[in-house]
Amino acid sequence: MSATEISAQATQMPATWQNVWRALKRVLREPLGALGFGLVMFVLVSAIGADFFAPFEPNKIDIRAKLQPPSAEHYLGTDQLGRDIYSRVLVGGRIALKVSLVSIGIALVIGLTLGLIAGYGPRWLDNSLMLLFDSVRSFPTVMFALAVVTLFGPSLTTVMIVVIVTQIPIYGRMVRSQTQALRDAEFILAERAMGAGFFRIIAMHILPNVVGPLLILASMDIPFVITIEAGLSFLGMGVRPPTPSWGTILNDGYSYIYNTPWPVIAGGIPVILTTLGFTFLGESLRDVFDPKLRKEI
Amino acid sequence: MWLYFAKRILLGVLIVLTAVSLLYSMIHLVPGDPVKTILGPRASPELQAQIRTKMGLDDPLPVQIVKFIGRVATGDLGEDVFKRKSVNTIVFEQLPHTIYLVLSGIGWAMLVGIPLGCLSAIYRNSMIDRIAGVLSVSCIAIPTFVVALYSVLLFAVTLKWLPAIGAGDGNFSSYIIHLILPAFAVGLGWVGYLARLVRASMLEVMSENHVRTARAFGLPERTIVFKYVLRLAILPTVTLIGMGIGILLSSAVFTEIVFARPGIGRLIFDAVTSRNYPVVMGSVLVTTVLFVVSTTVADLINALVDPRLRHHK
Repeated sequence: MSATEISAQATQMPATWQNVWRALKRVLREPLGALGFGLVMFVLVSAIGADFFAPFEPNKIDIRAKLQPPSAEHYLGTDQLGRDIYSRVLVGGRIALKVSLVSIGIALVIGLTLGLIAGYGPRWLDNSLMLLFDSVRSFPTVMFALAVVTLFGPSLTTVMIVVIVTQIPIYGRMVRSQTQALRDAEFILAERAMGAGFFRIIAMHILPNVVGPLLILASMDIPFVITIEAGLSFLGMGVRPPTPSWGTILNDGYSYIYNTPWPVIAGGIPVILTTLGFTFLGESLRDVFDPKLRKEI
Repeated sequence: MWLYFAKRILLGVLIVLTAVSLLYSMIHLVPGDPVKTILGPRASPELQAQIRTKMGLDDPLPVQIVKFIGRVATGDLGEDVFKRKSVNTIVFEQLPHTIYLVLSGIGWAMLVGIPLGCLSAIYRNSMIDRIAGVLSVSCIAIPTFVVALYSVLLFAVTLKWLPAIGAGDGNFSSYIIHLILPAFAVGLGWVGYLARLVRASMLEVMSENHVRTARAFGLPERTIVFKYVLRLAILPTVTLIGMGIGILLSSAVFTEIVFARPGIGRLIFDAVTSRNYPVVMGSVLVTTVLFVVSTTVADLINALVDPRLRHHK
């Protein structure tokens, strides 16, 4: 990509929106992309409007109505305390999305910064950052999560810390290799020769080239993070009761699996639909934007 | 060549050392006195001081870390103060169960995933390829613990075909029967990973010159696929499995808990819930070393097979 193309990309904001629209149309043309987009929209709308759609208060206990199968009143039945599972699934979806979006967002910012430093900074800094990244990645994620939970106690914040710490190295590494590839590119050399400072080069030239692939990578991580949240909550190491989460619904259901199958079924389906939706959408986004990435996975 | 090997092994050692230091400082920098956790809040100050000296907690943190690493290097993971048993014994009692689970999971995934990938590559863009593609992505996307729960629900609770809980009563056939569902749950995602990887690398190999030459010589398609394509295309799966040990261990944690199986994941989980620091440290350490060793070995195998990688870094 030449220097003029890059600066043209960075300055024309309206064109970006046009690009987004065009990419979306290409995603929707593929059946799997359309399915993914539909599922993601469905999950987003139901999570945002959870309070509006939920027929019951998610923590309202009604012992007399416990462990009921699905009915016209309780669409997905009730759990062992008689709480409406449908309402809990909706509100749990909001928590899953909140955790994944917020923690991926924070990890993106930190990973981007560290990656730029590693890629553009001195060699020793690069090496020590890489060693740190590799060391953090060398803990199997769930083992690491369990170790962190031992220390900080189970909570939503702990889940987010785990996600942020384990995702930073992934983003950092990617930004670093992209930055290194760009650092010696001709148009950057030209900029430097014209007297552009460090921050100008980073902000105007390297950043726009790095952000696109990074966002695609991040969007493909959402299902992974949702899995982590649900998994830790399932183990009783994430969201604290009585707050509804898909993981805690599954955990409650698992304790009563010999009494009624419905809580387990109801808690698992949203996890499956959401991870499938984001995966399908992420895959087709990647194919549209960056066919080169396809080979690596 | 040897230089690359030495460098890569040194890096592995460095990673383990940093990871151990991170873990150790994390556990000891957190508010909350480990001694109080062990002895309970009502222990006398003298007893607390005694235990603290015994555990070496009076030294400054870097000294503690070096001492800890020294101890670990001699193969001593410390003592479980609750059970008064060595952490080594506890961890290595549980580890085989996890290894059997992981191996049987990856084993059946290979038996299904690799042929599936082959079929997709041979009948590229056909209906089979499409269905296999969607199946692979779905297998990857569905979390292990949901697979585990649903398989308990379907095969153990509803159909009553297979047992849901435990690892059997000690004899071999009951152990195997108890292994089926957990291994299914651990392996399912890997069917997807392997099928996709084998498909991609087969397509790459198929477009190479030696395959075209083999075709030009009129060799039967079967010979070409098995003798010339698959042999090369299977190599990346070795790396993938090596790199994937971390994911496998993570999914083993969930599986062991859902199926109430003994194993290292269950051990860590129980240690975490009882805040048993030495056991948490010991078992996380062992799994981390396992992970680093397997990624290093995978890298080395890769370098051995593909000389380009040695000079790349």
